[in-house]
Amino acid sequence: MAETVLTNTAQGAGRLPGWRGIAADWASDQRAFKNVSWGKAMMWIFLLSDTFIFSCFLLSYMTARMSTTVPWPNPSEVFALNIGGKHIPLILIAIMTFILISSSGTMAMAVNFGYRRDRVRTAILMLVTAAFGATFVGMQAFEWTKLIMEGVRPWGNPWGAAQFGSSFFMITGFHGTHVTIGVIFLIAIARKVWRGDFDVERRGFFTSRKGYYEIVEIMGLYWHFVDLVWVFIFAFFYLW
Amino acid sequence: MTNATVHLEGQLHAPALGAVATGAVHAKGQQHPIKLYLVVWGWLFVLSTCSYLVDYFGLHGYLRWSLILLFMILKAGLIVAVFMHMAWERLALAYAILVPPVAVLVFVAIMMLESEYTHLLRVLFFATPS
Repeated sequence: MAETVLTNTAQGAGRLPGWRGIAADWASDQRAFKNVSWGKAMMWIFLLSDTFIFSCFLLSYMTARMSTTVPWPNPSEVFALNIGGKHIPLILIAIMTFILISSSGTMAMAVNFGYRRDRVRTAILMLVTAAFGATFVGMQAFEWTKLIMEGVRPWGNPWGAAQFGSSFFMITGFHGTHVTIGVIFLIAIARKVWRGDFDVERRGFFTSRKGYYEIVEIMGLYWHFVDLVWVFIFAFFYLW
Repeated sequence: MTNATVHLEGQLHAPALGAVATGAVHAKGQQHPIKLYLVVWGWLFVLSTCSYLVDYFGLHGYLRWSLILLFMILKAGLIVAVFMHMAWERLALAYAILVPPVAVLVFVAIMMLESEYTHLLRVLFFATPS
């Protein structure tokens, strides 16, 4: 087996572009993704399946909200906070959004420094990303605590349609789980980068395969996806 | 047969790769200037602020919904295209990943019809006059 482990951007150059390129790449019993490593392709396919999972959650939320005859609680009021004596609507969620976007920014730069083989900067940026992610989860825990204290349950709440609670806990809970797993993933890879595993091509203790800096990009794909899902949750659940 | 072809391709492209790597860095994988990421980051902040302001100013109706969708799509597009590097991948990968979610829109249409129907039944038979 020829091992094509790293994404090789030059390899796609000699092939047909556009629609003919799609047909040629997919045709005749060969690798469909010419210049993409199996690791990256598999991460993309996993993310596609995760897209469907989150789509189903948001769809069930849409169906519940459209079909109920009881008024839906106003998220703008539910997630408002009193800061310094001022009542600011949805402010907690806005801050969480900015934190997650910032973590995506640092992640993108970590990928860049990884490909430049800048070991220290990559590891530091990944740890900063993990710190942003942990902050996000912390704020989500605060949000959950606040809502539960106010009497929101999966089967009811003081302000309106009972499905609000179940949709909220299901969607944000699943997203928060993704962020938590992402933070663990980030710390694990950051440790390997810091130790220099990808410079000496040290073999992983679990897979016995050599590691490459591309894992930082694959990890980054997952992290950006978590941010991407939040964009949709923010739009449909909190703003709509 | 296939292995040999792959091997040959690798050899053919090896000098080309070397030529690209003019600096000391290994020109493998996605290489883009840091400035690009910072610009996109800035735009994501601006777009998020805009979508927050939609709620802050309490816009309503179709204006609110269309603005929310517009900012959402722009943000999602920037993240996928630049941060996830989809803009530089070959179309075979991009379409394999980006086209299937379109089926979700069909699902949305089906469930909208379904929930309208459920809503109608609830109004007709279960709603208590208040």
